[in-house]
Amino acid sequence: MTTTPVKARLKTSAMIASFADPGQKTAPAPFGHALVKAAEENPAIVGLTADLGKYTDMHIFANAFPERFFQMGMAEQLLLGAAAGMAQTGLVPFASTYSVFAARRAYDFLALDAAEPNLNVNVVGGLPGLTTGYGPSHQATEDMAIFRGMPNLTIVDPCDSLDIEQAVPQLAASEGPTYLRLLRGNVPTVLDEYDYTFELGKAKVLRGGADVVFVSSGLMTMRALAAAKELAKHHVDVAVVHAPTIKPFDTETVLRELNTDRLAVTLENHSVVGGLFETVASAVVQSGVSKRVVPIALPDEFLQAGALPTLHDRYGLSVARIVEKVLGEL
Amino acid sequence: MTTTTTSTATAGTGAAERRRLVEDFAYRMRHHALNMGEVQGQGYVGQALGSADMFAAVYADQLVYRPEDPDWDGRDRFLLSTGHYAIGHYAALAQAGIVPIEELETYGSDDSRLPMSGMSTYTPGMEISGGSLGHGLPIAIGTALGLRHQGSPSRVINFMSDGELDEGSTWEAAMGAHHHGLGNLTVLVDINALQADGKTDTVMRTEPVADKWAASGWHVQRVDGNDVGQLLAAFDAVAQDAGPDARPSVILCDTRVGCGVPLLEEREKAHFMRIEEHEWKTCREQLTAGHEGATK
Repeated sequence: MTTTPVKARLKTSAMIASFADPGQKTAPAPFGHALVKAAEENPAIVGLTADLGKYTDMHIFANAFPERFFQMGMAEQLLLGAAAGMAQTGLVPFASTYSVFAARRAYDFLALDAAEPNLNVNVVGGLPGLTTGYGPSHQATEDMAIFRGMPNLTIVDPCDSLDIEQAVPQLAASEGPTYLRLLRGNVPTVLDEYDYTFELGKAKVLRGGADVVFVSSGLMTMRALAAAKELAKHHVDVAVVHAPTIKPFDTETVLRELNTDRLAVTLENHSVVGGLFETVASAVVQSGVSKRVVPIALPDEFLQAGALPTLHDRYGLSVARIVEKVLGEL
Repeated sequence: MTTTTTSTATAGTGAAERRRLVEDFAYRMRHHALNMGEVQGQGYVGQALGSADMFAAVYADQLVYRPEDPDWDGRDRFLLSTGHYAIGHYAALAQAGIVPIEELETYGSDDSRLPMSGMSTYTPGMEISGGSLGHGLPIAIGTALGLRHQGSPSRVINFMSDGELDEGSTWEAAMGAHHHGLGNLTVLVDINALQADGKTDTVMRTEPVADKWAASGWHVQRVDGNDVGQLLAAFDAVAQDAGPDARPSVILCDTRVGCGVPLLEEREKAHFMRIEEHEWKTCREQLTAGHEGATK
């Protein structure tokens, strides 16, 4: 047997991959723990999943409240239809699956059973955007594009564990259906270093900057903050506006920040079609502001399988690629 | 208290009287359906006539509800999965005192509370927005789970059509109901053997329907859905099956499109039946003559 020396390659296109940087502060299963905490205060909260409890951090809730957890099997249409039926009886269901299945497979059930009657059904979608290297079957690169067209639906794209912890009770308390782009497992904690609290429907300025303004959501806010620090080394002063609620969108805050002479860039873990960039673009056009906006987003393609760091770099979501893009635009 | 608790409440009235109450209810429903159909000049009249006995058995004999308070927490839930059967459901809601009979003439018109396809946001007593087929049963699973979880003795009855047996979600839900042991759930399937593109066995062969439900762990009965006696006996058997280990129940109801009006029963079957302007009077006369003949 011979051993062929090969160049070290990043391996694993495993389903569950971490996007935390080495040594980064993280919190375990923030969604599961937040749901347990909310459920301790609100006995109407129940949890459902479609055979993905362990992979959406719903197992934390199931262990804490076994009598309030309902396993619906690998049946997403049933999952969302049944969640609507439960909401009709006065319960507040949180139903988890992967984002691809919620958005592509069970859309009609969320639309007609929960959104049309405006029921308090909370969908929790794992593996949003490019958070797995498993390939297009599990990469929900267009989930926000699909869901943004659904009337009554609130869409939240959280950045980190703090966002998730603070969002869960607000989603439970808000009327109508919601969709949370879940970050699961050991989720980075980033926003605690800023003067920030999550408020449903609000965008927040995390840091000011004279040259560039980033408008970002989801884990790309984490990258935006890191890129801003890197760009400072190049004497580029970057402001970061975090807009975790995609719908309803905080047009007022975002337009106030965009309507300046700074380079405007949106950053999202989603296809360039139909997500944060187009949300911002439509707000800009409708307001009459004349402003060019540069998108940093996934391409309008089915993405490749591979290791997550490789893919983030390939498709432009890595800090290095963001820095490169911004310097090229200036 | 004006709660309608007919199933057991009418037990003392005798089987014949119980049956007559349901048949009268169905007869009045059929007149309402013809009146609504005439307003539109068309519509799902064939389905409404065919399923009237099923609706009547539910509303006149089985369902617990308060006509003056359709959202009363203690009510049984009746879910109309087949939204286009709303014409039949409205007829039942009117006869049950939940919707004023005078309002039926607004069926399908602008700003009416009675749209062509049943929606919960429009109509008192309408629990869900059906229409996209294969939704009622998944919702019913959640409703039955939710009621049981909260200690409610209320039952859930889901009304669906045999066409909905084509939908995968129906079978997801059938498995889910068995898995969760939902003895508080009863499903009525209107087997009129007709779908939008033609006869069910040419569109998608769903038989053997009873075997499929039985294999999914359900308590299964198959009856003539236009025979009130058989329908009531089936509901009684569902009640007999109740208990801590109860299964979900399905009553498969073979029905005749246009039932009660020979002119329409004999017409070539169509999902969306066209009735000429001069024919409505004949339909009503035939319906009345048939009912009087049966009750003489």
